[in-house]
Formats: sequence, structure tokens, C-alpha cells
Amino acid sequence: MQSIWQSGVLDPQGPIGAAERLILLNATVIMLAIIIPVIVLALACAWWFRASNARAQYLPEFEYSGPIELVVWSIPALVITFLGGMAWISSHDLDPPRPVASQTAPIEIQVVALDWKWLFIYPAQGVASVNQLVVPAGTPLSFRITSATVMNSFFVPQLGSQIYAMAGMVNRLELLADKPGTFQGLSAQYSGAGFSDMRFEVKALPAAEFQAWVTSTKAGGGTLDGVAYGRLARPSQADKPQAFGTVTPRLFEAAIQQAVK
Amino acid sequence: MLGKLTWDAIPFTQPIPMAASLMVVFVILAVLGYTFAKGWWPYLWREWITSVDHKRIGVMYTVLAIVMLLRGFTDAIMMRSQQAIAAGGNQGHLPPEHYDQIFSAHGTIMIFFVAMPFVIGLMNVVVPLQLGVRDVAFPVLNSISFWLTCSGALLVNMSLMIGSFARTGWLVYPPLSELAFSPDVGVDYYLWSLQISGVGTLLTGINFVTTILKLRAPGMAYTRMPIFCWTALASNLLIIAAFPVLTATFAMLLLDRYLGFHFFTNDGGGSAMMFINLIWIWGHPEVYILVLPAFGIYSEVIATFARKPLFGYRSMVAATMVICILSFMVWLHHFFTMGAGADVNAFFGVMTMVIAVPTGVKVFNWIFTLYGGRVHFASPLLWSLGFICTFVIGGMTGVLLAIPPADFVLHNSLFLVAHFHNVIIGGVLFGAFAGYMYWFPKAFGFQLNERLGKAAFWCWLIGFYLAFMPLYALGLLGATRRMQHYDNVAWQPFMLVAMAGALVILLGIALIIIQLFVSIRDRAALADRTGDPWQGRTLEWSTASPPPPWNFAVLPHVRGTDAYWAMKQGTRPAVPPGYEPIEMPRHTPVGVFIAFFAVIAGFALIWHIWWLAIIGLIGIAASGISHAWSMEREEVIPADELAAFERARSSLRASGDRA
Repeated sequence: MQSIWQSGVLDPQGPIGAAERLILLNATVIMLAIIIPVIVLALACAWWFRASNARAQYLPEFEYSGPIELVVWSIPALVITFLGGMAWISSHDLDPPRPVASQTAPIEIQVVALDWKWLFIYPAQGVASVNQLVVPAGTPLSFRITSATVMNSFFVPQLGSQIYAMAGMVNRLELLADKPGTFQGLSAQYSGAGFSDMRFEVKALPAAEFQAWVTSTKAGGGTLDGVAYGRLARPSQADKPQAFGTVTPRLFEAAIQQAVK
Repeated sequence: MLGKLTWDAIPFTQPIPMAASLMVVFVILAVLGYTFAKGWWPYLWREWITSVDHKRIGVMYTVLAIVMLLRGFTDAIMMRSQQAIAAGGNQGHLPPEHYDQIFSAHGTIMIFFVAMPFVIGLMNVVVPLQLGVRDVAFPVLNSISFWLTCSGALLVNMSLMIGSFARTGWLVYPPLSELAFSPDVGVDYYLWSLQISGVGTLLTGINFVTTILKLRAPGMAYTRMPIFCWTALASNLLIIAAFPVLTATFAMLLLDRYLGFHFFTNDGGGSAMMFINLIWIWGHPEVYILVLPAFGIYSEVIATFARKPLFGYRSMVAATMVICILSFMVWLHHFFTMGAGADVNAFFGVMTMVIAVPTGVKVFNWIFTLYGGRVHFASPLLWSLGFICTFVIGGMTGVLLAIPPADFVLHNSLFLVAHFHNVIIGGVLFGAFAGYMYWFPKAFGFQLNERLGKAAFWCWLIGFYLAFMPLYALGLLGATRRMQHYDNVAWQPFMLVAMAGALVILLGIALIIIQLFVSIRDRAALADRTGDPWQGRTLEWSTASPPPPWNFAVLPHVRGTDAYWAMKQGTRPAVPPGYEPIEMPRHTPVGVFIAFFAVIAGFALIWHIWWLAIIGLIGIAASGISHAWSMEREEVIPADELAAFERARSSLRASGDRA
């Protein structure tokens, strides 16, 4: 049986998520090295200097000490300087639009948040899917994300970074799945009544199987044109995954402008 | 005639809100009826409702906070039980329509109508006493502030019975909160309640900054001010700077909703991102508006119960003021995931971490205050120690979330929910309870039952860890906030533990209520005749408990920090030869009148009943103007009365000393 910890942020399946977990763990360990002694010190001080302890020395005038002041300002300042450096560097290294280093050319996937489902368009392949994200493993995934409705946040915990989906604009996010597998994706920004079901399955397939999926989706038919998009955009909850074999060109660009005809 | 208001607004067909609202109405009627039958109404009206005495207003703020805590906690229990049940295919007992209102109301109520009134209430009771003065700078304004806060609280609760509350989260992010996506009155209830109470809060800020800057006992230089007054000053400066931003932001959203503007809409060139920036420019300082006074309370409590001066007073003041300024430079950390770019994210991440430096200094200084003390483990000190241990954990998770790439995977998760409850319960609420138990004898002249107070503390502490440690874990597992149901049944055991934690906290709340009633019953045995039950250090302990309306018959002369401690070390000053008559402001109903009309105006605006809104607004103006024309605003306390009070107090204290 799979352990519960083999899911979520602590079990990353790609380089972005792995780097983020490392930062999380490093920073936690550094800070625990300070706060555990602080907790112990606070409790020990209070207990040793309890009023009933005759052995404890009462220092009613002890209210200032230059050296101690220096130390108590220095300890947090040094820790924060270190962590701040880490934050600065990692913010740049892991900036969501920064391309993932890879030998393979990236695949572009356009994401539209709708009430209350996710639409994924594969412009180069000419296919689209709803509430199911099929991707090739080992290939950089170049997401362009918008919303046709309220704000949402596109998030696959095991792959790493989330980013907001907002109407009228595009956010870019670069991810990669190391190996084939199935992961959970979700909206991490509350968006109304159907929010809890705004989840999707991410299937990372070997390159050949991904190609096979594209081919069978194309053969399977279904057209995502303005009319179909209009139907899709109507609020609905807990939609089953579906796929479209053909997509009207530049549908995503029209969706950004809320101008799909 | 009645705008959007129809019989459909009342939830006859929905058992939960209907039962809840009937219960609320029943309790209100029962309280009103009981006090009326007892003949307490003239007394309540004369001595409390129309009071402009800062101590009474402070007590009423605290009562409001505790009553609203019950409401907000009821919401919490419903959310925890919903998430404990709704795993796998189960939809739980609350459909999204209710659940979404409940989490929105929970956040709104807990911040605006529990934490704020609790902290402001304690500042009201304590700050003028600590400064050694007779009232705040603007006593009538103070009464208006309080009653406007009540108006807001009342409107939020009316949404339970008439119409519905917002289903948008506690900060009503657009575009979800725009008319296109939230056409009903829920968001309007939210906006008008907070606009009205926000005016009250802003007036409080002005009042306390003026009081602290302009009214201090002779000799009380800034460097001799008790640390709680410093933190109150920082907090109220933040109120003055931040609340107008909130009011302006909500005004823009109201223009969008009422007059078809496009500040934050998806169409017409609106930008929701602007709202999100603006709301957090208020929202992050708000955190420090709440927690800085709590830091002040811990500083007072730890020094008192360690029987030592606060360690590093100047460092503490510096740290407070540094936090006050930095709190305005970190707002973007609430939305690193908006896509601002690496430089912007990194800047705000680093600035956020910098706040941890002065905060860390404070923690060390509290520890060094304990060092070399004679520590008495009274209930206020337990809350303070519980705070230190809990708050550093919250600080740690806060610094984690301040690292942008860590936030990319934890943003909006239950880890975040656990973090802010960690700092708000462990920081603000523990501080409020410490202050409540510490200053209660000052306000009422008798102490609270210590056993029950300590039991309440342990329930809160253990309950907090049980309720929120599982949420940290769930956040790491990928669970996001505000889920009405979830598929992954492996999360359910964590949710059940969190539910159990909420029940332990419920026991803690019950113990606090029981403590109050038991202590009132045993008030003769718990009476504080000295005015200084804890061997305090600051001036509030130098006067009687409860203090007379004029606080000090003769204003104290201050010669250092811990003014009262220094006085006690010397010989007790002889009774002064004579007293000067004191002019005190008369009580006035203008505050409660303005608030009454504000409720009418707010309700009418929510339901688009324009004629009634005009009546409400005219009522507000008329109340204010008629007060402005009243000539007899002061009354004089004659010297004889002061002398008689002081004589009685001396003999009481002497009898207390003998006992």
C-alpha cells in the first residue's frame, strides 16, 4: 500500500517540485536549530526562576546588558540574512516562467479556468481536454494560463509551483514530470460553489504513449469551436473528463480577451 | 418600496440557518427581557450604554468580542465537522451554498468582531490608566467608535436571518465578489458592515494616537511610557494609515456593485489585481494592529509575574516601531503566486523575513525578563509562556511561507491556514486572554477564579495543537483551503483529529465563560481591596479597583519607567492636603443614536431601500449635529467627593492590609 506521505508536496515528481521541497526542508532545519533551543530556554528559565525555588538567584535590577542586546539582535539578523539570501536566489532560479533545463523541446499547453472545470488546449497537436491533463514525461511543459471567469490557481502539488489563472491576462508556468505517473491537480484558489470539484488528473505518459493519446484523441472526434466553448463555459460542477479531436485555431487568445465567438 | 427585500430572504426552508437565527433572536430577546424584568434598563442606559468612560467602553468592547467569539467559533465547529465527514463521495452536512458562507463569515467575524474589539477593548480599559490620565482625548468619539463597531457586528449577524452572507472568502476577492458572479446581497452585507465598523475603528485610531501623544501624566516622557502604551501607539498609528485604504478599496467595490463602475471587473478595463494589492496593503498591517498590543500585554505580564523590570525596554520600543514601519512593506507576500516576477517576489520575501528580526529580539527579551526573576505561575503568565512556545512555531512557518518558491507549493493550502491560526490564536488571542485575566481585577474589583483560568488555558493550548498540527500536515500533502468536500480519504484521519482539537478549544471557551460566572458568584471572596492584586509595576495598579470615573484624584508624577513600582519602593505619599474639583465629560447617547441610524442606513443600502437609507443618513447627521449644539457636556466632581472617595479607599486598603 502506498504511504500517505508519497503524495503532495513532500513527494515531488519533477525538478521544480524537488527544488522547492529541498528549500522547504533546508529552511525548516535551519530554523528548528534556533527555535527548539528558544522554546527550551524559555520554559527552563521560567521553571528555574519560579518563586518557590530558593536556589534561584533573584536579580530584581537585571534589565539591561549591552552584550546580551548585541547577541539578541545578531542571532535573528544572521539567520535572516542567510535565509534572505536563499529566498533571493531561489526566487530567481524557480521563477515560474523560467524554462526548465532539458534536452527535449518543450510542449506548450494552454490552460483556461472555467466555472468549474479546467480546459487544456494543446495548440501544436490541435487537441484539447477537460479536467484531464495528459502530458509526456521527461518533456518540459510550458503552460500558458488564463481564466474565462473568476480567479483560480493552477496547481499540481507533485510537480511544483502553482500560479493564478486570471481573466484578461496570461501567466506562464514551466514544469516537468520526471517519470510516467498519475498525479492530482487542483485549483488552489477558491472560486465559488463548484470549487471543491475543480480537480483534474495529470497523466504523465512515456513520449510514445503520449503521441498515441494525441492520435486517438484526434480520431475520437469532437470539435472545440466557439459554440462548444460557449457550452463548456456555462457553470457546471464535477464534470467528467472529456477530450476534443479538433480545436478552432486561436481559441485561447480569444478566451483571454473573453471574446470567443 | 422594499427594494430587493422579499419574504424569500428569510430562510424558512433551510433548517440550519433558520434554527440558528431563531436561536440568536431568542437569546437576544431573553437577555433583553430578563434585564427589563429585573429593572436594569435605566441603570444600563445611564451607566453603560450612554457612558463615555473609557473603562466602561473597554468592558463593552470585550463583551462584544466574547459574544462574537461564540458566533465565530460556531462557524469553526461547523467547518471542522463538515471536513471531518465530507471525504470520498460524502458531501457532508453542509452544501457549498452554506459552507462557503460559513468560512467567509468565520474569517470576517474573527478578525473584525473578535480580535479587533478584544484588543481595542483592552487598550480602552488600560491605556489611560497606564498613562496616568482621566480619559482618552475624545471620550464621546470613543463611544461612537464602539457603537459603530456594534452596528457592523449586528449587520453581519442579520445576514443569518435576512438574506445571506458573502460566499467569497473573508476578503471578497473580485471578480468573484462582483455583481456578475455574486449577484445576491451577501457581499453587500459584508461591505456595509465593514464600512460602518471601519469608521469606528479609524476614529479609535485617531483617538488613541492623540491620547498617547498629548495626554500623559506629568513627567511621563516617551521613554517612561509603559510598553503596552508603546505597542498601542504603534497599533493605532497603523490603524490611521491602513484603515482608510480598506475603506477606499471597499468604496470602489461598492461603486462597481451599485453604480456599474469597472474598478475590479473582468470587463471594462477593470483589474482584480488592483483590489488584491490594495486589500493586503490594509491586510498585512492589520495583522500587526492586532499582534503588537498583544506583544505589549505579554511584556507587562511577564515583567509583573517575574517581579522584574522588562529586559531591554529600549530594544523593545525600537523593535515595536520597526515592526510598525516594516509591516507596510510586505503585503505582496500574500500573493507571490500572482506572477509578479522574480525581483518583486524576492524583494517582498526578504522584507517579510526582516520582520522576524525585531520579533526574534522581543522573544529573547522576554526570556531575559524571566531570567533572574521570581516567577509566579498565575494564569496570565501561563498564557504568555504558551504564547512564546506556540508563536515561535508560527513564526517559523511564516518565514517558510515568505520564501517565494516554498510559497508556490504551500500558498492557499491548509498549511497556510494552520500558519495564520498559529499566529493569531497563539499570538493575538492568547495575549487577549492574558490581558483579560490580568486586568479583570482592575476593571471590576475582584479577581477571576485562577483554577478555572488555568484549566481554560490548558484546553486552549492542547486544543490548538490538536486542531492545527494536522492542518500543517495536510497542507504538505496537497490539501487546499476552503474545500467543501475532498476525494482523498487518507486525509480524513487528520481532519478527525482537527475536529477533536476544535472540541477541546470549545471546552476552553466554556471554561472561560464558567470562570466568569463562578468568579462573579464568589466576588466577595475574590475581592481586591488594594487595587494592586498582582504587585504591578505600572500606574493602573496605583488607583482603586475598579477605578473611580476620574481614575486619579490627583494625577501621579512619574519619575521613571515602572512608575508605580518605584512609588512602592519609596514611602507611600501622604494623603494630599486638598483636592481640586475635576471636570469630567457627561454621558451622552449620541454614540448609540448614530450607530442605530447607521444600522438602518446600512440595512437599507444592502437591500436597495433608498428612502430608508436617506432616513438613516439624516438620522446620523441629526444625531451628530444635535450633540454638537448641546451646551452642557461636562460635569464637575466636587473636591469633597474626591476626598471622601480617597478616605474610604485608604481605610479599605488598611483593612485589606490587616486581613
